[in-house]
Amino acid sequence: MTINKLVNGKELIISLAGRLDTTTAPELDEELKESLKEVEDLKFDFANLEYISSAGLRVLLSAQKEMNKKGSMLVRNCSEEIKEIFEVTGFIDILTIE
Amino acid sequence: MSEMTIEAEVQNLEKVIAFVEQNTEELDIPPKTQMQISLAVEEVFVNVANYAYAPEKGNVTLNVDVSHDPDKVVITFIDSGIPYNPLEKEDPDVTLPSEERKIGGLGIFLTKKVMGEVTYENKDGNNILKLVKNIG
Repeated sequence: MTINKLVNGKELIISLAGRLDTTTAPELDEELKESLKEVEDLKFDFANLEYISSAGLRVLLSAQKEMNKKGSMLVRNCSEEIKEIFEVTGFIDILTIE
Repeated sequence: MSEMTIEAEVQNLEKVIAFVEQNTEELDIPPKTQMQISLAVEEVFVNVANYAYAPEKGNVTLNVDVSHDPDKVVITFIDSGIPYNPLEKEDPDVTLPSEERKIGGLGIFLTKKVMGEVTYENKDGNNILKLVKNIG
């Protein structure tokens, strides 16, 4: 998985490519822990994300909880496959998906 | 039928996924179904790796069995760790708002959702978890 960050004032855009799974989710978790401090507007771009497992969902939920306290979080460009995982787990209602 | 025995360690996840993909290749599985199979395999393998032998280490054996007309994949995980039936675990409430959702607990739930059939048995001191997915 590759993580691309784009910081613009209080906005952070994180683009993920590849697989967000048990092996790679800790990298994203680490990245968010370091980067979220000043962020009020977090956007995930999943255009190149191919796969997500429960380990990835866990990091997204924890980011959503963090952003609930101080701003907003948005997920965009999900594939149909990933959207379906969001649907069966109820994440479709928890996350703001564009 | 193909079989692999590997140490139940999270670092081996990639090898396990690759093994399943290689041995299901002949079915020409659509990408979405392939993702669902990989997902179930990851969730089950990681569960075994994290809990079956903790704090010791141990092996897990995977069987991949492919059949045609109707096309079907059967994946069996066998470990000799602590007897544990993951299917008895209560499903998470997926209707709760984010603040009330617990972090985690989705792995086996997702496995049940994406596979057609998931069964557990404990036999001769082994945990045997069988995943069945119909293709197409």
